[in-house]
Amino acid sequence: MENNKQALVLSTSPHIKNNESVPKIMFSVILTLIPAAAFSVYQFGLYILLLCVVSVATCIVSEYVVVRLRKRPFTLTDYSAVVTGILLVMVLPPGFPVYGVILGAVVAIVIGKQIFGGIGYNIFNPALIGRAFLAATYPVFISKWIQPRIGIDALTGTAVADALSSATPLASMKFDGIGTPFISLFFGTTGGSIGETSAFLIILGSLYLISKKYIKWRIPASIFVTVFILGQIFHYIKPDQYPGGVFHLFAGGLMMGGLYMATDMVTSPLTKKGCVIFGAAIGFLVIVIRLFGGLPEGVMYAILFMNAFVPVINRATKPKIFGTWGPA
Amino acid sequence: MKLFTFKQGVHPPYKKELSKDKPIQKAGIPEKIVIPLVQHIGAPCKPDVVVGDAVKEGQMIGKARGFVSAPVHSPVSGKVKRIEKAPHPLGQDILAVIIQPNGNGEMAYMEPMGEKINKLDPTSMLSHILNAGIVGLGGAAFPAHVKFSPPRGKPINTLIINGCECEPYLAADHRLMLEHPDDLLLGAHMIGKVLGVKNIIIAIESNKPDAIKTIDHAAAHGEIVCMVTETKYPQGAEKVLIKALLNREVPSGGLPMDVGVVVSNVGTALAVCEAVRDGKPLIERVVTITGNAVKYSGNYLVKIGTPVINLIEQAGGTTGTPGKFIMGGPMMGIAQSSFDVPVIKGTSGILILKKEDYMEEEHRPCIKCSFCVQSCPISLLPSTLSLIAEAKKWGLAEKYGVNDCIECGSCAYVCPSKRPIVQFIKTAKLKLQEIKAREKK
Repeated sequence: MENNKQALVLSTSPHIKNNESVPKIMFSVILTLIPAAAFSVYQFGLYILLLCVVSVATCIVSEYVVVRLRKRPFTLTDYSAVVTGILLVMVLPPGFPVYGVILGAVVAIVIGKQIFGGIGYNIFNPALIGRAFLAATYPVFISKWIQPRIGIDALTGTAVADALSSATPLASMKFDGIGTPFISLFFGTTGGSIGETSAFLIILGSLYLISKKYIKWRIPASIFVTVFILGQIFHYIKPDQYPGGVFHLFAGGLMMGGLYMATDMVTSPLTKKGCVIFGAAIGFLVIVIRLFGGLPEGVMYAILFMNAFVPVINRATKPKIFGTWGPA
Repeated sequence: MKLFTFKQGVHPPYKKELSKDKPIQKAGIPEKIVIPLVQHIGAPCKPDVVVGDAVKEGQMIGKARGFVSAPVHSPVSGKVKRIEKAPHPLGQDILAVIIQPNGNGEMAYMEPMGEKINKLDPTSMLSHILNAGIVGLGGAAFPAHVKFSPPRGKPINTLIINGCECEPYLAADHRLMLEHPDDLLLGAHMIGKVLGVKNIIIAIESNKPDAIKTIDHAAAHGEIVCMVTETKYPQGAEKVLIKALLNREVPSGGLPMDVGVVVSNVGTALAVCEAVRDGKPLIERVVTITGNAVKYSGNYLVKIGTPVINLIEQAGGTTGTPGKFIMGGPMMGIAQSSFDVPVIKGTSGILILKKEDYMEEEHRPCIKCSFCVQSCPISLLPSTLSLIAEAKKWGLAEKYGVNDCIECGSCAYVCPSKRPIVQFIKTAKLKLQEIKAREKK
């Protein structure tokens, strides 16, 4: 038979693989972020769209340049740079200047990701590294919030006419003791970061990712449970000073952070037990920072802080290998 | 009904429909038969014939060397043409006896012992099993007589006859259970008697309801129990199966006998029956030939030593461009570079996939998605192991349990970065063996 002479592929088993792939996972993440991003464009105007485009473009260009300089295989096709670009915008205030977004995106990709060796090797969530950098560099802009549905000048990003800069629900709670109705927190008709205002749309998107197992569900679950319980406990102790558990859940960046940032595959634990520990620790830190720290919000720092512990958590929660007993 | 099962594992597409309803056909006898002198785990055989010798069907042509070894036999009557190195499914060229069949049908079987279980003597049954060259037919090809004579300190109380056939595509065991239930049950009884074991279980995956019914019916009045397992890969891996059925965990580095169990494939049980009852050595076996690059998938009773190319011709040849030829199943089988290799005792399937049917792409870095961690039936951290092996930290790989890996391939099957995790693990195991060997010197 002539077929015999044809080149047969030799490779190690298994010879079949399922159809999951890194690009597919990243693409799904992008897709599920679109509702929240679109809502934000509706809320704050087309300027948000501009920020998204700039951020994604900067991420792609930075990744391309670094990969070229390092003479490493081309990694743009996995869409991970696009995810970082979108996530970065989602956690910035609506009026953030364009040049700031460019700077943040460069830092996110170059320092947050490529310095460690690119996708898979980074220790910290790249988008949060970008945001942390911006928080340190532009402390004024990062805490300048705009009331939704007032409009931002599409070119300058400044609030038009007599638009008031508003405090976020967390800030008004912390510094002025003013609460925000739950319903506006849930549907996002309140001040906050671009993607953070609508808990509803974020949850909707993440449910799809959870159903596909692209999100390690134990992480958000344990974050939310911890935040709720601790929030509730402090609320009982001093109801007029500390808001309740539900407020904590839906205010600020907890939904965005818990569902999309803490669950970044690369920077979260491998084991089920590890995910629970990781999530609970983030939840604890969030409450500590919100209630006792100098900042109104602590989700970003809580996640970045715990990112650093992921290798330790992985080692500590190594599963018991089949056929072994006692400590591995 | 509660199905027996294990934690984690994967659900690959089974593709059994290609072959499961095709009755076993006798494959034709090729122009040349290639009998490699290694078809088992253990020492190679010593040729017992010279070029030019006439041989009969069932005649021993390669003698076992040492205890952990198994003799080989001529599956046909004919003439020894050559004794030379020939392609072998394990990858290297290995010394083989090449026979030209003459079609005379002269036979030289062993003395039949009959089928009266009560009258059979365990010791002579064991020597029949040894002389018949029976090895585990599930794929690993461990000499059966070794498995059936556990050392004194390891009492056996349970025999599991493995009919799970969890590898996708394969249906040889399935057909065998459907078509020869009585023979294989008799074989199971014989193995039970050799081992002195009363507790005999036949394990079948739930995706073979007809086989379950057949075996249940055939076993209705005996002591053998049929246990149904969930259809999940790698349900048929012996350590996994023992845990699922008996909730016993074979210790790390140990064997099933350490927990009082012997696991044998259904094909092995049938081979034992034929060897003991009819005196027939292991000279043929059931092989599934399948895959979408095969014109007519089917199940064949094949003479050991038949070149695969002859089988493909009988299955109507190939269609499209064959991209990969695998001996065994798609999860653990071995990819071959040519169709010249012969069917050996451990060949359960011949799988030929079209070029477009499997993905061979560059693998990407591990993104720590933990899909592999959630699929490993042994609870290893495959992603971490693959990174450790990639960094050539062999000692650390050992600490992370690399030697406990059963190479089932579940991890690489689910990996979205398409990392060749099993290959990394195999390399680490080999390197560790080399290091151990060097330390001994």
